[in-house]
Amino acid sequence: MPKALVVYLMAMPDTPELAQAAIEAGADILEIGFPFSDPLADGPLIRRAGERALAAGMRTKRCLEVLAEIRSRVDVPLIPMTYASIFEAYGRDELARDAHDAGATSLIVPDLPADVWPELRRVQLVAPTSSDERLKLAADTTDGWLYLVTVTGTTGARAELAPSLAPLAERARAVSSVPLYAGFGISKREHARAAGELCDGVVVGSAAVAAAEEGPAALAALVSELRAGLDAPVAA
Amino acid sequence: MTTIRTFGAYGGRYVPETLIPALDELEQAWEQLRNDPSYLAELHELQTNYAGRPTPLTRAERFAPDQRMYLKREDLMHTGAHKLNNALGQVLIAQRLGKTRIIAETGAGMHGVATATVCARFGLDCIVYMGSEDMRRQAPNVERMRLLGAEVRPVEFGTRTLKEATSEAIRDWIANVETTHYVIGSCVGPAPYPELVRELQRVIGREAREQILAAEGRLPDAVVACVGGGSNAIGTFYDFIEDEGVRLIGVEAAGAASLGTGRGGVLHGARSSVLADEDGQIQDAHSISAGLDYPGVGPEHASLRDSGRAEYVPCTDDEALAAFHRLCETEGIVPALESSHALARGLDCGAELVLVCLSGRGDKDLAEVLRHA
Repeated sequence: MPKALVVYLMAMPDTPELAQAAIEAGADILEIGFPFSDPLADGPLIRRAGERALAAGMRTKRCLEVLAEIRSRVDVPLIPMTYASIFEAYGRDELARDAHDAGATSLIVPDLPADVWPELRRVQLVAPTSSDERLKLAADTTDGWLYLVTVTGTTGARAELAPSLAPLAERARAVSSVPLYAGFGISKREHARAAGELCDGVVVGSAAVAAAEEGPAALAALVSELRAGLDAPVAA
Repeated sequence: MTTIRTFGAYGGRYVPETLIPALDELEQAWEQLRNDPSYLAELHELQTNYAGRPTPLTRAERFAPDQRMYLKREDLMHTGAHKLNNALGQVLIAQRLGKTRIIAETGAGMHGVATATVCARFGLDCIVYMGSEDMRRQAPNVERMRLLGAEVRPVEFGTRTLKEATSEAIRDWIANVETTHYVIGSCVGPAPYPELVRELQRVIGREAREQILAAEGRLPDAVVACVGGGSNAIGTFYDFIEDEGVRLIGVEAAGAASLGTGRGGVLHGARSSVLADEDGQIQDAHSISAGLDYPGVGPEHASLRDSGRAEYVPCTDDEALAAFHRLCETEGIVPALESSHALARGLDCGAELVLVCLSGRGDKDLAEVLRHA
């Protein structure tokens, strides 16, 4: 089965164009960041992008409009990622509903552990520090696939794929059969290839945000590279 | 299964999954240690012979001539503020958890100094996150922390104050959770921190209650404390909560009134009352006092506000400055600007017998006060 490539883009007025470029270059799923003033799980790159988005007026309603514009251009799963405070202000059910109406297929909320707000259907995240019991809880309640955080740390590119991914993936496989996608620290072809050997897909965040800042061509080039890494034949 | 501690609709754990095992570990350790004779004996010995507890209760006769006002003198404790109560208790827990690296956030610098102090005492690595704007406002405390061997890491994001320093400390903890204990400085953050910090600060109210009973033969009409994150206030209030006739008055900086003008929201791992706009974006707080310059507050205070057991009132920068000068001139005590907010409302709260928590001393604030002279 082909490996899934998830690309994160910060919601900005020009994101629909970038989204289209990413899909044409081989992305399968888009994660759309709704900026928050205090994003605990994010490293410097996505934080700066969030600050710029807020300065550009990307409040929740505007993010939903951009989401709908993206939906009108692409036909892949779209997953808003934002923080609990945004849901708290908009209304949990209301934001889930309006995101769905704008074309979202799921949600990611990185400051909600699996046992908090269980009624909010979302892609759950697990980390190398998660116990087997919590892996199972997250896998049993996740929406479609399980997000494996490869590192103990925040988002951002790293030189090497974290060695903690392999044992995490192995433990997740032991408790569940849901697809596993690895994210945090994946920024280049070799990472995608190595992570693809352990998991069913990868999520690329900070590297995609950095490329997107240079425009659709740079983003497409990065996505093509990652796609090639994922599609490379697995070593015998 | 984990118990998620809440205070009514507030509190909880709104943190990345990575931290959940460390919070579980801390909660379990605390559940054991809070009744562990060796932990309690070590803490008591340090409080007595290192920190200088119990702190005195001082009658402020000239400051408040129309009332019987007593000041709980946390300013006289080692390092000059109540923050050491919490830092001592938490570092002793960290040691028992085998953590060798300690991180903290600081606003006014008092919590950073307290944590750096305890780390020096026990030979632990200490890293303190501090907004670059606060480093400017509280330069003497930056130097104190460095003298004590701590590394002060400037935070250059957003408001460059306590809010960003706290976020950055939490991010450090996410990345280094296996070796590191995060000594959070107030009764905020994910469970079990709000309860843990309250329990470590309860010594203020426990002592003060006995002291005022000894001095006056009755309980005070009102207990007043300043509220930023709210740790000196919760520590002072807690042992009076069952005393129904005692008013509990928390004093917020008018430009940082998370309880007075905030809304339900999530900040730094807990649901509480926060300064946020209608989209849930956290807003900037504004106060002359770096320690109150925080858009969130401990979840237990939000619950006490909703239940009506405690009242929360604002105090402007100018009112706090006036109380600062008045205490200097009438009692020979230089209060922290934070505590000056409590002094101002203590004077005009209408209570006859009033207990005010003088949470810290004001040496760190001299430059800021002179700037406004």
